[in-house]
Amino acid sequence: MSEWFSWPRASSDEIFRILTAALASAIIVIIALSAWVLVQGSFPVFQRFGLSFLTGVRWDPVAGHEVFGALPYLLGTIVTSAIAIIVGVPVSLGIAIFLSEMAPSRIKAIVSSMVELLAAVPSVIYGLWGLFVFRFWVSDLIEKPLVTYFGQTPVFQGTPFGLDILTAGLILAIMIIPTVSSISKEVMMAVPDAQREAAYSIGATRWETVRMAVLNYSRSGIFGATILGLGRAVGETIAVTMVIGNAIGPGAVPTSLLKPGQTMASLIANEFNEADPTSLHTPALIGVGLILFMLAATINILAQVLVWKVLKVKGGAVE
Amino acid sequence: MSNYSFRRFKDRLAFAIGFLCIGLAIIPLGSILLEVIARGLPALNPEFLTATPGIIGQSGGGIANAIQGTLVLIGLTCVIGVPIGVLAGIYLSEFGNNKFGRTIRFLNDVLTEFPSIVVGILAFVLVVLATRRFSALAGAIALSVIMLPIVARTTEESLKLVPSAVRDGGMALGIRKWRTTLSIVLSAGKSGVVTGVLLSIARVAGETAPLLLTVLGTNQFFSGLDKPVDALPLRIYTYALLPYPYAQQQGWGAALVLIMIVLSINVTVKLVTRRKM
Repeated sequence: MSEWFSWPRASSDEIFRILTAALASAIIVIIALSAWVLVQGSFPVFQRFGLSFLTGVRWDPVAGHEVFGALPYLLGTIVTSAIAIIVGVPVSLGIAIFLSEMAPSRIKAIVSSMVELLAAVPSVIYGLWGLFVFRFWVSDLIEKPLVTYFGQTPVFQGTPFGLDILTAGLILAIMIIPTVSSISKEVMMAVPDAQREAAYSIGATRWETVRMAVLNYSRSGIFGATILGLGRAVGETIAVTMVIGNAIGPGAVPTSLLKPGQTMASLIANEFNEADPTSLHTPALIGVGLILFMLAATINILAQVLVWKVLKVKGGAVE
Repeated sequence: MSNYSFRRFKDRLAFAIGFLCIGLAIIPLGSILLEVIARGLPALNPEFLTATPGIIGQSGGGIANAIQGTLVLIGLTCVIGVPIGVLAGIYLSEFGNNKFGRTIRFLNDVLTEFPSIVVGILAFVLVVLATRRFSALAGAIALSVIMLPIVARTTEESLKLVPSAVRDGGMALGIRKWRTTLSIVLSAGKSGVVTGVLLSIARVAGETAPLLLTVLGTNQFFSGLDKPVDALPLRIYTYALLPYPYAQQQGWGAALVLIMIVLSINVTVKLVTRRKM
């Protein structure tokens, strides 16, 4: 190279840093764009119906007498996710405690990788299995006895058909088990051994050690894992769509576990392609997407903050 | 019962309950795998794997276009998602120790947990509405949004594991930082990056909801980036909801093909990373 020219040393490194920073900003851009697209896209429906979009129960896309109320689907999402948490979290905690505190190391490795496989199964296959297999387990083993013995209780009224809110909630419970159990296990394994030794030294049994030392110490991490599982359940779409029965309008209000329902995600999956983008139907579905987005974002930010705080020391390998 | 034996009983009970919980997780997994194999295997034959779908309600036809569509979508998604994800991961690991880096890292975790149907709406509005057609490209863009945060995160994690002595070595040789990063640090952390990319492929291969809103599905083979394309998850979804036993059997067959793709990627990754440790 000739004498008079030399590369400015810092600049190519600076360009590289700026280039990678620009691509990393894609993550901010995507989130901002999503928010903008959802707000912009649903604007007509909020303009027309205002707050009654959130509180209304009727859903009629037929041109001329259009009415859109998203309340049944918001409630559907809340109820199915609640079932998922109530059923899925205790099971996940059982798995996490067993794997982190009790199981011999060989069993631990095998069971851990099986639970991870559960996370790898695509949700459409959960849906297929739910529709043709699990549905009959639920209707035969849970719903028929419920109807026989508690059929008068309002929340158990309905036909034990198997394509309903209960089945959707239970499928979600299975689907969040890998998430909640693996993070809880990480959190429990991060508890310093000195805690356990202290409990053992005063004569505690293994279970008492778990309760006093491990669970106490990892409470906020477990809470974070639960919230993360809740986020998964709220956003899950296709498996729920296939088993929830897809009710519409006032009939979709989840008054009983044994009746068809609809979640926000399943409503969008069911109707989006049939909606006319020039009518109010598409804006209404995007509006439902906006509510789902805000709910999921709030839940996930809360979860990240909680899990992050606990696992920060370990470098944050949460997946 | 004495106090101590009651405490021992509680200890045993806790063990039994833990064991029961394992069972509650393993039974669905076992049932899913068994059913997919038992009901999917009868559907597998040469025609099923090489032909396009037949007439609805009649026997015959296959899912070749769905298999091809899924492979095309995965390829396109990688073309868009992998470079952005890897470079974003490089930023987080090499330059990200500041406020901007922490913000990106946080939002990246939030994006990982985004409901996939919302990603579908995003791609629908930005691509499908803008170009006025359902297209393979719209689907690939939606899937890239799902792939990006996974690749960025795993790239960051694996580059952080590369000892700083490697970076100092590059610096001592007078190599610029960007060359050091791309040719030395990245190649030292290569296996972790590849693992992350493979896992993200396994994840997007099974995504259904965003594809419903973007690629639509078709009975034809892939015919261009701007045309609708078919995909295995869409096929499974469509066939499962049809009232014809033959279509349902083909749905299970497609599920078998999809689950073999997804699980073989997962198992390979697991075996390779385990051997290294």
